[in-house]
Amino acid sequence: MDKVTSVKSRTVVMPQSDIDTDQIVPARFLTTTTRKGLGKALFADWRYDRAGNPRPEFLLNRPEAAGCGVLVAGNNFGCGSSREHAPWALLDFGIRAVISTEIADIFRGNSLKNGLIPVTVDKATHGWLVENPGVEVTVDVEASKLLLPDGRAVSFPIDGFSKYCLLNGVDQLGYLLNQADAISRFEDTRPWKP
Amino acid sequence: MSGKSLFQKVWDDHIVVPESADTPAVLYIDLHLTHEVTSPEAFSVLRSRGLKVRRPDLTLATLDHSTPTVPVASLKDLDIVSEPAAAAQIRVMIENCREYGIELLGFESDSRGIVHIIGPELGITQPGKTIVCGDSHTSTHGAFGALAFGIGTTEVGHVLASQCLLQRRPKTLAITVDGKLGAGVTAKDIILAIIGRIGVDGGTGHVIEYRGSAIRALDMEQRMTVCNMSIEAGARAGMIAPDDTTIQYLKNRPMAPKGAAWDAAVARWRQLPSDADASFDREITIDSSTITPMVTFGTNPGMVVPIAEPVPVATDASFRKALTYMGVTENRPMLGMPVNVVFIGSCTNARLSDLREAAGILRGRKVAPSVRMLVVPGSEQVKRAAEREGLHEIFLAAGAEWREAGCSMCLGMNGDVTARGELCVSTSNRNFEGRQGVGARTVLASPLTAAASAIAGTIADPRPLLAH
Ligand code: SF4
Repeated sequence: MDKVTSVKSRTVVMPQSDIDTDQIVPARFLTTTTRKGLGKALFADWRYDRAGNPRPEFLLNRPEAAGCGVLVAGNNFGCGSSREHAPWALLDFGIRAVISTEIADIFRGNSLKNGLIPVTVDKATHGWLVENPGVEVTVDVEASKLLLPDGRAVSFPIDGFSKYCLLNGVDQLGYLLNQADAISRFEDTRPWKP
Repeated sequence: MSGKSLFQKVWDDHIVVPESADTPAVLYIDLHLTHEVTSPEAFSVLRSRGLKVRRPDLTLATLDHSTPTVPVASLKDLDIVSEPAAAAQIRVMIENCREYGIELLGFESDSRGIVHIIGPELGITQPGKTIVCGDSHTSTHGAFGALAFGIGTTEVGHVLASQCLLQRRPKTLAITVDGKLGAGVTAKDIILAIIGRIGVDGGTGHVIEYRGSAIRALDMEQRMTVCNMSIEAGARAGMIAPDDTTIQYLKNRPMAPKGAAWDAAVARWRQLPSDADASFDREITIDSSTITPMVTFGTNPGMVVPIAEPVPVATDASFRKALTYMGVTENRPMLGMPVNVVFIGSCTNARLSDLREAAGILRGRKVAPSVRMLVVPGSEQVKRAAEREGLHEIFLAAGAEWREAGCSMCLGMNGDVTARGELCVSTSNRNFEGRQGVGARTVLASPLTAAASAIAGTIADPRPLLAH
């Protein structure tokens, strides 16, 4: 995984709550055997019409959304299916951080493992972001702070280990493999075997 | 000091390295289930790093998600019945399992089926185990008092390579359901009522323990239905303490312990229920005698009403968008809404008892001519058991289709889809936009309600059709 220290970008705002991973990547795109190229499947059913042409009114198709790397979404973003294709698609499309009042557990874990930063903020901050789409914000991973254009710095929770992995580009599998001795000991000494 | 909860006991029993302020716990995984859709990239990572699967003996694979539900006698058939990408994905799974020495319950196996149906049925799902799968409905296995949760593909790779996961301890939520269930009210209605009450994010960050007299009274298949949908409340996992019902279910299953090992396992399982003085981060109580058949009206499982009650009035834009998508009118009940498709299937409701319930309603009756009805058993075993009882004949006589086991129309990626704009009453677990096909509208309900709706051709209350 590449190092992720901060993301500075304009926001694109999808205020709807409970956006599930079936919307982020519909199931029919899951027959792939690689994570590559999923950006074209992102929000496919909202983004394209029946003929496969972009719907001009859909947010991500609008000119002002071009180049925006921070998605501000409604409460409980990423609920539903565990498909890691969801953060893969967002990253492939160019989204590098998601801000919401709540982010679903599995999606949050999947995002952190791929360098997509999940940012949960209080309702007031979120409300302000929804009302001011397109502002430039900075997601500072090191400080765990979201910096708003008016100078406010809003803290967001991120566990120390995930932060360390993001900042140093460490992937968690390497860390787990280093625990091989402890794992063997556990397997040898546990009182019952599965 | 207060006692330990069921969750805490299972968690503590699997700590390889305890969590600290800086690092998550290293949690040992006793059973890793895997399927064709969320594993290919994980195997690719193993391959690129030259890693082995640490414990192929604790890994079990099946074909279910992108697998067609029409008969596949040989792999050659796949190219006829499946999209090329789906066929390729299935082949990759077969190849990965062969290369890494993982047991695959494939087309030739009489134990193939939906991953969350076969684990319990084989008896490899057991109390006190940690069980994971690259699938959010892994919560199903919690019905046995296992700690079972869905993971992403990166984590599938972690488990393959290390048999462990890095995890922070979740919070606990006790949901007590007391009271007697009315006639025609099922486990599906209980869990839909719970999600309606706590919301689709009500369980985020938590492991739920379902308890109380109504839960104790459920059989294992019904308990699985409840735990299955824990994820629809946002919870990491759902658990039910093992008891005589659990032990009776597991006895003599092919992969359950035998002889002295069985006795030792049962003794261990008996220790798992939460101590009387265990505490939870949150607690909720529900009176099950107030629950009636439930149907969803919106585009997430929390948008749910008792079948005879009016759909609530929209309060915000997301809510209004959902009603528009569904073509549902606020302030009116869902009863009587025209139905195009009825789907009996999925890891929520495709076990033998579910099929029996649906068949009980359909016996001697006909599916409305305007309705396409699909009955898809959850596994090959369920299929054969149903056929031994003649259930398939009831379905076929009523005008329904009887299919091979698989995820089918629960998610539209295996050829079974609901067409754009059509309304499907489904016994599955997600009514998300387009979940069952692009533009498809889904109403979640119990097998009883789904069967009654198939006959009426409109959303119907099953209670008047129950045999007395
Ligand atoms: S039946 Fe549906 S919910 Fe269950 S595992 Fe298959 S796709 Fe997932």
